[in-house]
Amino acid sequence: MKFPKGKLIAIMGLSGCGKTTLLRHIGGALKPTRGYVKMDGQVMHELDADGLYAMRRKMGMLFQFGALFTDMSVYDNVAFQMREHTDLPEDLIHSLVMMKLHAVGLRGAQNMMPSELSGGMARRVALARAVALDPMLMMYDEPFAGLDPISMTVIGDLIRRLNDALGATSIIVTHDIQESLKIVDYVYFMANGVIVAEGTPDELRASDKDFVHQFVHGEMDGPVPFHYPGVDYRQALNLRA
Amino acid sequence: MGRTTLDLWVGMFVVAGIAALVMLAMKVGNLGTYNVSESYQVHAYFSNIGGLKPKASIRSAGVLVGRVTSISLDTERYEANVVMSLDKRYQFPKDTFANILTSGLLGEQYIGLMPGGETEMLKNGDQLKQTQSAMVLEDLIGKFMYSKASETAK
Amino acid sequence: MAVVSTIRAIGNRVVSAVWRIGVASRFFFLTLIYSGNSFRRFHLIIKELFSTGVMSLIIIIVAGLFVGMVLGLQGYETLKRYGSESALGVMVALGLVRELGPVMAALLFASRAGSAMTAEIGLMKATEQISAMEMMAVNPIARIVAPRFWAGVISMPLLAALFSAVGIFGGYLVGVVQIGVDEGSFWSQMQAAVDFREDIMNGVIKSLVFGIVVTVIALFEGFDAPPTAEGVSGATTRTVVTSSLAILMLDFVMTAIMFRGA
Repeated sequence: MKFPKGKLIAIMGLSGCGKTTLLRHIGGALKPTRGYVKMDGQVMHELDADGLYAMRRKMGMLFQFGALFTDMSVYDNVAFQMREHTDLPEDLIHSLVMMKLHAVGLRGAQNMMPSELSGGMARRVALARAVALDPMLMMYDEPFAGLDPISMTVIGDLIRRLNDALGATSIIVTHDIQESLKIVDYVYFMANGVIVAEGTPDELRASDKDFVHQFVHGEMDGPVPFHYPGVDYRQALNLRA
Repeated sequence: MGRTTLDLWVGMFVVAGIAALVMLAMKVGNLGTYNVSESYQVHAYFSNIGGLKPKASIRSAGVLVGRVTSISLDTERYEANVVMSLDKRYQFPKDTFANILTSGLLGEQYIGLMPGGETEMLKNGDQLKQTQSAMVLEDLIGKFMYSKASETAK
Repeated sequence: MAVVSTIRAIGNRVVSAVWRIGVASRFFFLTLIYSGNSFRRFHLIIKELFSTGVMSLIIIIVAGLFVGMVLGLQGYETLKRYGSESALGVMVALGLVRELGPVMAALLFASRAGSAMTAEIGLMKATEQISAMEMMAVNPIARIVAPRFWAGVISMPLLAALFSAVGIFGGYLVGVVQIGVDEGSFWSQMQAAVDFREDIMNGVIKSLVFGIVVTVIALFEGFDAPPTAEGVSGATTRTVVTSSLAILMLDFVMTAIMFRGA
């Protein structure tokens, strides 16, 4: 699997097929039992703690539910990394934070606490926070989960625009097929931890592979069965034939 | 930073805590009444100190004038060597008499100083020559029994 | 068979308890190593001092006042039988400074601030805030744990001193103002009997130790909590129970060491 620079790539698959695990491997939070993750010429799991932290500074990650720091205001959340990793003067940080918040359209919400935000707003603040240090690799873990259609479009559009503005590489992990096919450059399909299909959005829409077809069109039965493997239905109901 | 009220509260908390510690030290503890810098040291030998402990008070006419700093056994004389530090404000004659007393019947023991008549005053490091040891209750009872016994024998 | 499995279950529990103690010790050690950052940015500690120290003030003051008043009342009733009511000040002050101040303040601190710390960190973990911080290349032990640890260690002796001071005032209110023990002997006997180094400093040392133990337990339980609702609530309960027991046991050990000679 390759993530070339400047592209927006989606990783799709069923729940529980290892998408989030893949992101954790990229971030170095997990050590692979087999294989390796190579980024910027370095193998992630061979880095020591300092090297890993240095690498993570070049990454931004948007968590499934935003994971904003609940004890800080929106402003402090976005300023968090700048304060932790740089010695920038406070007025410069202020301008940077305002720029980031403006990009996601939430300049007016700077003094609110995360608990006062709606789900979509929280996701946008988290997005502003993730790009605070202009990372070269952005990771999105289910950016569309639990959002209304309007917020979904807004987030999708923001992801696309931020990717192009930063010139960064973006990886979106999602199972929201329609929204992501609209914005990404390339798609990988995963099932049970391996890649089963890949291609550009148009190729996938036209694909005749059973699995891809079932997934893209959201059909109930196909290669992925509706029923979890179990005992015979008649036996389970104690019926005698 | 917009944290000024928070800083104020924390400041008040720290100040109150330290004030409580100082109050404990001065008003409740003995730090306020006992000042090492303005004292002079004398020592005395007692044949028996009873239950006297370091930091026991030293009183003259009932007024607190100092404290016992250390107690050790002098192995040449086999007597207790008691070092006392006395408040600089109170000067005593050379022939002052040191007496181990008990406050109340069973209370704590302290050293009582009875000034003599000499004109020369005690200096730092001097020795109090005249001492009287602690009254040990067992000894007293023993003496009493003994004298009773000899009385009835007559 | 049942015996074997029971023994095996007990063995497993013991092993996992020892394991946890090991992990907690390593956690404590890491906290100390990564403390430098929180001293360079002291406002992090100040922020936590507010939520641990200042927010515990009211409960400490009210509890201290009432404990002191009860001590004054009970002490008077007992001392009256021996005709030594004048020693009331000594009794109240020594009881508070040596034992009740540090111990009661630590128990209240564990249930007020310790449980809050555990719940806060447990929830941060449950909502992926800790993972997010790690992904931003910020060490959560340095950024979240260490400032809270030092805030706890700083505020504990101050709270204990406040508890003792307020308690002595409560004893004074009941003993002198209400019952009418002689005010002069109340204070002077107290001053003669309470030693600064022996009694007050030992009380401060005790409360420092309690502060370290309670905050480490609270932070570790929060950090170690399973990221679920039951996990966090279980960890909060464990914080209060474990730290209360630890306070009382350590108090016995320290009292035996400190005051045996006196």
